[in-house]
Amino acid sequence: MTGAIRAEGQFRRVAERTRAAVNLEVDGRAVAALEGDTLLTALLTNGARLRESEFGDGARAGFCLMGACQDCWVWTADGERLRACTTPVASGMRILTRGAPWPTQK
Amino acid sequence: MADAKVIAPTVIIVGAGPAGVRAAARLVAAGLRPIVIDEGRMSGGQIYRRQPEGFRRPAAELYGFEAAKAEALHRDFDALGPKIEYRSESLAWNVYDGALHVLTGERSEALRYDALILATGATDRLVPLPGWTLPGTYSLGGAQIALKAQACAIGARPIFMGTGPLLYLVAYQYAKAGVRPAAVLDTSPYRRRIEALPLLAARPAMLAKGFYYSAILAARGVTMLTGVTPIAIEGDGQVASVVFQDGRGRLRRIEGDAVGLGYGLRSETQLADLARCDFAFDPVARQWLPVTDVDGRSTAKGVYIAGDGARILGADAAEVSGQLAACAALADLGRPAAAAEVGQLRRTLGRMERFRRGLEHGFAWPAHLAAGLADDVLVCRCEAITAGELRRAATELGAPEVNRAKAFSRVGMGRCQGRYCGLAGAEILAARLGVPVEQVGRLRGQAPVKPLPMTTEAVS
Ligand SMILES: Cc1cc2nc3c(=O)[nH]c(=O)nc-3n(C[C@H](O)[C@H](O)[C@H](O)COP(=O)(O)OP(=O)(O)OC[C@H]3O[C@@H](n4cnc5c(N)ncnc54)[C@H](O)[C@@H]3O)c2cc1C
Repeated sequence: MTGAIRAEGQFRRVAERTRAAVNLEVDGRAVAALEGDTLLTALLTNGARLRESEFGDGARAGFCLMGACQDCWVWTADGERLRACTTPVASGMRILTRGAPWPTQK
Repeated sequence: MADAKVIAPTVIIVGAGPAGVRAAARLVAAGLRPIVIDEGRMSGGQIYRRQPEGFRRPAAELYGFEAAKAEALHRDFDALGPKIEYRSESLAWNVYDGALHVLTGERSEALRYDALILATGATDRLVPLPGWTLPGTYSLGGAQIALKAQACAIGARPIFMGTGPLLYLVAYQYAKAGVRPAAVLDTSPYRRRIEALPLLAARPAMLAKGFYYSAILAARGVTMLTGVTPIAIEGDGQVASVVFQDGRGRLRRIEGDAVGLGYGLRSETQLADLARCDFAFDPVARQWLPVTDVDGRSTAKGVYIAGDGARILGADAAEVSGQLAACAALADLGRPAAAAEVGQLRRTLGRMERFRRGLEHGFAWPAHLAAGLADDVLVCRCEAITAGELRRAATELGAPEVNRAKAFSRVGMGRCQGRYCGLAGAEILAARLGVPVEQVGRLRGQAPVKPLPMTTEAVS
C-alpha cells in the first residue's frame, strides 16, 4: 500500500467521547477504542485502512457499514472471520487485518 | 376434531424496520404472536437505527424532524415484548419448501411458516467510478450510519456525490454535527426536479424538508452543484479529491478526505426471489421488483412484501405497507380486517406512490454513467472485476443476459451477491449488447443471501 497514512485516522469522532475505554490489539499493535464502537470504528479512528483486497488492488476501509458489502472482513487471532462494521469491540480482542486466509477454511 | 385445540398460525416477519415493526404490531392486535427476525442488534431498521447502549444523544439530534416518529416506533416495538418472538442478530438466509432458514450465532434453524412477511428494506444504489474502492469512500447510507450509530464522521472534509434526497439529508446531518461537507455533487440536472414538482407535491411536508436541507447547506456556504458528471475519486492510497465535469461541461477538482456515494436505493429482494415470487421490471426505478398486489401479497402463496423491500417508497410508506401486508396475511388466514382500515391504508400508500414517481424523475438513476465506464474501471469491488471483463463476457463469450455474464465474468458472484455492482453491471451489459436493460434480465438471488460462517451447524 502506498501513500502516507493519516495519523489521526479516517474517521472523526463528533460526539459521544466520554464512553469507557476499551483496549484491543490489531496486528500486534495496541488500539484504544470506546465502549459501543464497532471494530470498524475502532480501526478507522486509529488509521486509514481496514484490510487489503485479496485481488491485489490495494487497501480497503469498509464501504456500506450496514453488513451488506462484506468489504470489511477482519480475522481474530484464531482465524474466525468477523464483519468489522457489525462487530462491537470487546476488551482484549486480538484482530488481524492482513495475510488473512481467503476463503477461510477451518 | 371437536376438541382439537385451534393452533394459531405461524407468521414470520423478516426485518424490524418501520415496515416490520408495524406488521408485527398489527398481527399482535389480531391476537397472533409473530416471529420477528432481524440481523441488527436493535430494532429500528435504517432510518430509525438506534445508537448503541451508553450513547447519550437525544432523539432530536439523531433523527431531526423524524424524532417523534422514531421514538414512537421504538416505544411501540419495545412494548410488544413477550407478545412476539423477537430474534435479533439473526440472519434469514434462505427460503425453501415453506421454511425460512435463520442463522443465529453459528446455529441455523429452519422455521416453518403459514405466512411470511418480508420487510427487508434497501441498500444504496451505486454507480462505480475510478477510485471508488479507495479507503475513505463510503456508500451514502454508510456515511449516515457512521454518524447516527457511531457518532463519527467519515472524514473531516467529506464530499457527497450521487443523487437523491438522501444526498442532501446526509450532507445536512453532517453540517449539523459540525462537519462541513466540502461539496454536494448531484448528477441530476436541476430542471428535472422542477419537472417533478407536480408529483412531489403529493407530499408537501417532505418537499418542504428537502428545500430546507438545501437552504441550510447553502447558508453555510457548502458548494452544491447539480447536473455534474463524476469522473474519478483520486488519491494515493486514500481519498484526496474528486474530479468531475460541472453542468456546463467544465472539468473541476474538489479536495476532500472522504466521499459519500449514492444514487438512491435498491430494494433488498433476495429472499423474495428464493421464495419463488415473480418479478417484473419497474420502469420507474429501472429495477426488477417482486410482483405484488396493492396490499403486498406476492405471487408465492403465503408470502407478503412490505416497505422498501417491495419498492422504494420511504419510511412513512413502510409503516403503512407493513400494516397492509399484515392485514393481507390475516385475511388469507381467515381473519380479515375491517374494510375501512384497509381502504384508508391503501389511499395513503397511493399518495406515496405518486411521490415516488416524482423522486425517481427528479433524481434519476444515471444509467448512462454506468454504460459509459471505461474498460479498466472496477465494477465488482468484491473480486476486482472490470467493466471490460464484463463487456467481454457479452461480446466474446456471447452472454445474452446478466446471469450468464455473471458465470463468465464473475461480476455479481462475489460476496456482496451483486448488491453493489448488479444494477450498474446490467446497464453495462445492455449498452454493449444494444438492448434495453430489462432485456438482460436480473441477477437471481442465491442462498445464502449473505456469507455464512464456515462453522455453521444446522439444528432442527
Ligand atoms: C443506510 C440507509 C439509510 C437511510 N436513511 C434514511 C433517512 O435518514 N431518512 C429517510 O427518509 N430514509 C432513509 N433511508 C431509506 C429507509 O431505508 C427507508 O425509508 C425505511 O427505513 C424503510 O423501512 P423498511 O422497514 O422497509 O426497511 P429498513 O428500515 O431498511 O429495515 C429492514 C430491516 O430488515 C433487516 N433485514 C434485511 N434483510 C434481512 C435478512 N436477510 N435477515 C435478517 N434481517 C434482515 C435489516 O437488518 C433491517 O433492520 C435509508 C436507507 C438506507 C439503506
